[in-house]
Amino acid sequence: MTDKDLGHIETRFFTFAGGSDKLVLESGQVLGPVTLAYETYGSLNAERSNAILVLHAFSGDAHAAGYHEGDRKPGWWDSMIGPGKAIDTGKYFVICSNVIGGCKGSTGPGSTNPETGKPYALDFPIVTIADMVNAQRHLIDHMGIDRLLSVIGGSMGGMQALQWVASYPERIRSAVPIATTLKHSPQQIAFNEVGRQAIMADPEWNRGDYYGKSSPESGLAIARMVGHITYMSDKSMEAKFSRKLREKESGDIFDPDFEVEGYLRHQGDSFVQRFDANTYLYITKALDYFDLSGQKLIPAGKKIDVRFLVIAFKSDWLYPSYQAQEVIRQLKMRHMDATYMEIKSTYGHDAFLLEVDEETMLIRPFLNRLFEEGEQNAG
Amino acid sequence: MPVDNVRLDHKIICGVVEPEAHVLDLGCGDGSLMLLLTDQKNARVQGIEVSDEKIYECVAKGASVFHGNIDTGLSEYPDKSFDYIILNQSLQEVIKVDFVLNEALRVGQKVIVGFSNFAYYKARIDVFFRGRAPVTESLPSQWHQTPNLHFLSIRDFENYCAQKKLNVLDRFYLGEDKLVGFLPNLFALNAIFVVSR
Repeated sequence: MTDKDLGHIETRFFTFAGGSDKLVLESGQVLGPVTLAYETYGSLNAERSNAILVLHAFSGDAHAAGYHEGDRKPGWWDSMIGPGKAIDTGKYFVICSNVIGGCKGSTGPGSTNPETGKPYALDFPIVTIADMVNAQRHLIDHMGIDRLLSVIGGSMGGMQALQWVASYPERIRSAVPIATTLKHSPQQIAFNEVGRQAIMADPEWNRGDYYGKSSPESGLAIARMVGHITYMSDKSMEAKFSRKLREKESGDIFDPDFEVEGYLRHQGDSFVQRFDANTYLYITKALDYFDLSGQKLIPAGKKIDVRFLVIAFKSDWLYPSYQAQEVIRQLKMRHMDATYMEIKSTYGHDAFLLEVDEETMLIRPFLNRLFEEGEQNAG
Repeated sequence: MPVDNVRLDHKIICGVVEPEAHVLDLGCGDGSLMLLLTDQKNARVQGIEVSDEKIYECVAKGASVFHGNIDTGLSEYPDKSFDYIILNQSLQEVIKVDFVLNEALRVGQKVIVGFSNFAYYKARIDVFFRGRAPVTESLPSQWHQTPNLHFLSIRDFENYCAQKKLNVLDRFYLGEDKLVGFLPNLFALNAIFVVSR
């Protein structure tokens, strides 16, 4: 372990809305009890002013940084979170929670429905990004944190950061939405619909009732393959695979010939080991329903005190920079204190996980300034 | 920041801007003027800059900046929603001068324009005696490297303001390290105008 490591990390669980006081969802339906899986890194200061909530993307989880016992790979944003890193755990208390509807320890369609004793499956209510953020707010309340220094996330995590602005602006000092949008375009909805159809066309899906039986693995794998194509760029695929051939595993004429085919199949196959098909359906719907366009981000006449750092990437065609610029347009109209940068990158949408140096150059000083101002005001 | 190390044009602009003012710096470069205005005047400053490298420098200084091209205008901003719009050494680099200046005048109460004087005597010597495009302290680039698309003199800008019926609220003529009083169109390297409509 070096001084840049967090050491071993364990996922923890917070359960609420267990009694009659259930969580009321945006749809009006109720859910309870609700469990959130979460991790924390660093320590909360006495003023409780150094807490940062990191928000994960579609297939992410609460394990953002450090190593779980026995793991060889660290959390999904370990390059950004840790001692001395962009989100410096020597200074900040970092929280990351899995979303509701998820399949990584939080309440989702695979969780047991207390009314039936069986998994919810399609009896699980529709959840939205606002519901995910509302659940996180319960966790923050539970931790006794009045105001987060920042909410930071990429892709779906960026949508959650924007939703924090819309839902609880008084609870955050800043927001860092990365590679994200105020609403999905028809193209983004279309890609999600292909993924959903792949799952629902798999006979093993069985209208969501597959828990304890064989699951719709081939449908989920195809959905993931489509996803991966949209996360890369023409250039990054050329650099990674070119037209390189691979060794065939069998004599089957349609066994993958090209490296890119092998890669996608591998990604699909490994995804089904760690992800739930119903969660895929529920969360892609949450992404598609999300819409904070127009004045929904900051209602007309409402004064909020939130600073913004908005980041997009040049080759990201899934969440193109015009969508980030639409966020900026809204912020300009309201004269919000904000920074926007379109980072040069060839990695496509995956860039938010890969362009660590550039993101560090922006996020580190942005947080620094906020934190120091807070210290001055407190002193 | 020790005020002695501050560029003369930045000092003058900082002197013009009132405390607590709301300022938009178009083509804010590395953010040093924004930082000065925040430190000295407690101004609320937002920048817009096109260069990637400069944005990283701005953010490192703690300034707020949008990555973008000022030629596309300021359409999101309501009329007269800033106290000052600054166009320091950036108006020469935009494609549509009229459009950008009109947008600045629409959005800002006052516009501060800083530019290099093409009619500076050394520039005239370069053109007249040496027969070459001028390279001076305020126009340091060779013809093939300059970011400037437009070359103007102090007299040109005076005429422009008269033609467009702009109010010139203040004018400063800058030498290397102090203001120039005598024949500014000949002896000033740079000029700073404060205009409104």
